[in-house]
Amino acid sequence: MNRIKRARTVQTVAVAITGAAAAFIIAAALFLFVYIVVRGAPAISWEFLTDVPRKQMKEGGILPAIVGTLALTLGTAAFALPIGVAAGIYLSEYAPRGRSTRLIRLAISNMAGVPSIVYGLFGLALFVILLDLGKSILAGALTLACLTLPVIITATEEALRQIPSDLRQASLALGATRWRTIYRIVLPAAAPGIVTGSILGLSRAAGETAPILFTAAVYYKRQMPDSVFADVMVLPYHIFILATQVTGRPDDIIWGTALVLVGGVTAISVAAATWRSIQRRKVRW
Amino acid sequence: MVTAQSHAGKGSFDLHDVSVTYGSETAIAGVSMHIEPNAVTALIGPSGCGKSTLLRCLNRMNDELGNAKVAGRILLDGVDVYDKEYDPVELRTKVGQVFQKPNPFPMTIYDNVAYGPRTQGIRKRSDLDALVERSLTRAALWGEVKKDLKKHAFELSGGQQQRVCIARALATEPEVLLMDEPASSLDPISTQQIEDTIAELKEYVTIVIVTHNMQQAARISDKTAFMLRESMEEPAFLVEVGETRTMFTNPGDKRTEAYITGRFG
Ligand SMILES: Nc1ncnc2c1ncn2[C@@H]1O[C@H](COP(=O)(O)OP(=O)(O)O)[C@@H](O)[C@H]1O
Ligand SMILES: [Mg+2]
Repeated sequence: MNRIKRARTVQTVAVAITGAAAAFIIAAALFLFVYIVVRGAPAISWEFLTDVPRKQMKEGGILPAIVGTLALTLGTAAFALPIGVAAGIYLSEYAPRGRSTRLIRLAISNMAGVPSIVYGLFGLALFVILLDLGKSILAGALTLACLTLPVIITATEEALRQIPSDLRQASLALGATRWRTIYRIVLPAAAPGIVTGSILGLSRAAGETAPILFTAAVYYKRQMPDSVFADVMVLPYHIFILATQVTGRPDDIIWGTALVLVGGVTAISVAAATWRSIQRRKVRW
Repeated sequence: MVTAQSHAGKGSFDLHDVSVTYGSETAIAGVSMHIEPNAVTALIGPSGCGKSTLLRCLNRMNDELGNAKVAGRILLDGVDVYDKEYDPVELRTKVGQVFQKPNPFPMTIYDNVAYGPRTQGIRKRSDLDALVERSLTRAALWGEVKKDLKKHAFELSGGQQQRVCIARALATEPEVLLMDEPASSLDPISTQQIEDTIAELKEYVTIVIVTHNMQQAARISDKTAFMLRESMEEPAFLVEVGETRTMFTNPGDKRTEAYITGRFG
């Protein structure tokens, strides 16, 4: 009797602790989001989104930084998605179980642990200087792609692993090659997971400052980029500059910029999650 | 137009001293047998005696496991299917398989059945339509789904899903159909339907079916092969193969008799 009573108390305490942790996370996320919205909303206007910064960046808008961040993120996706998904496919579907594969996996998880400023240095050395791309969208996108690759590879591998091997067997037994099995059966079924994971990785990239500090970002530039070799303003770096380099910190604009960044990233994540849940309803096992 | 092929007299297998090794463990050894065309051959034996392993030799699905090595000779209508020149992908269009658990693709019924033909490059809508209808008819499912071909296969019951899988395997017009305990996860009514289907199918294909159900083997098969693994240290082997009626009424081997009368397994 006593033992059961004690077990029940322990159970109650466990529920309370885990529940409190969950509540704390929700509260923190909510607070963060609400705070950014409350502080940033006053700055948001049509002009803010479509004008260039004026008066030592204390007025005007942030269009160049929006465009710069968009360009960098699209560029990152262009490099990281095909390479990351292909590598994930290789690791999940083709790689022989053995030393060399374990080594590749180890390398990937180490890549994910490298601080982003180190990616910045690496990008500076390899893309900006050695490949002579200069400080440019291209160099920045390549640097961010390196940073994002581990996330996309891992997401792809995980998503492919979720697909029951029954389906692969069925396809192979019908006289389909491995590759046909992958692209007709396995990839479509894994697409929701791959997309969600990749968007998460790209969202992170969009908000990074350190990797683009030496490879793409400039302090101030009114002109829109005219090629991939142009350097650009970007949202996170703009926030940093406004907060540290501009006299009389323009709080409105700082939080407004943060809101644009967070809002854009959130909108894309929500769109991906919605698409995924629609797919889920169609495909289940 | 795709014409209905009937492969009559085709789809016979000859196995000579076949053995399969997984890593360092030899699962089956010394299996030699003839598999008759347009007949139902049942593989029976206690669980773990290598029935699935032997079945997977016939369409070279063992190749896909990565750790299985097959030795010996396996001839399909006199042609060595383990020859270096022989493409397993081509073999599998002639030797189809239905698995233990229904495993339809996450797509419509139509697309499931059309998957094999499309893989072979058949694109014409009317050809595909004809193949889908014929395959579903042979799998005894056409009447139930002809109005719902665009329905997602996952919306069907387990028994219907398994018959979609049978139709899908039939759509490549194989000479041989391998079935690995195709009814073991199904309810008695679905099992009955699958058994009825099998009886009709042997007109078109050679059938090799694994079952652990003695009554089922006795009901549906013409030939029965009994496999046994006497200890984990030794590989499994083929005890005997013969007419099902003889095997069940007057088996040649004491161990067969013991197994059939339920003394072990
Ligand atoms: N993929 C595999 N890898 C290693 N061993 C296997 C594999 N498949 C089957 N085996 C082994 O081979 C033996 C026969 O298995 P199986 O062919 O599945 O028997 P059955 O279908 O008669 O139950 C078992 O000992 C099993 O552990
Ligand atoms: Mg088995």
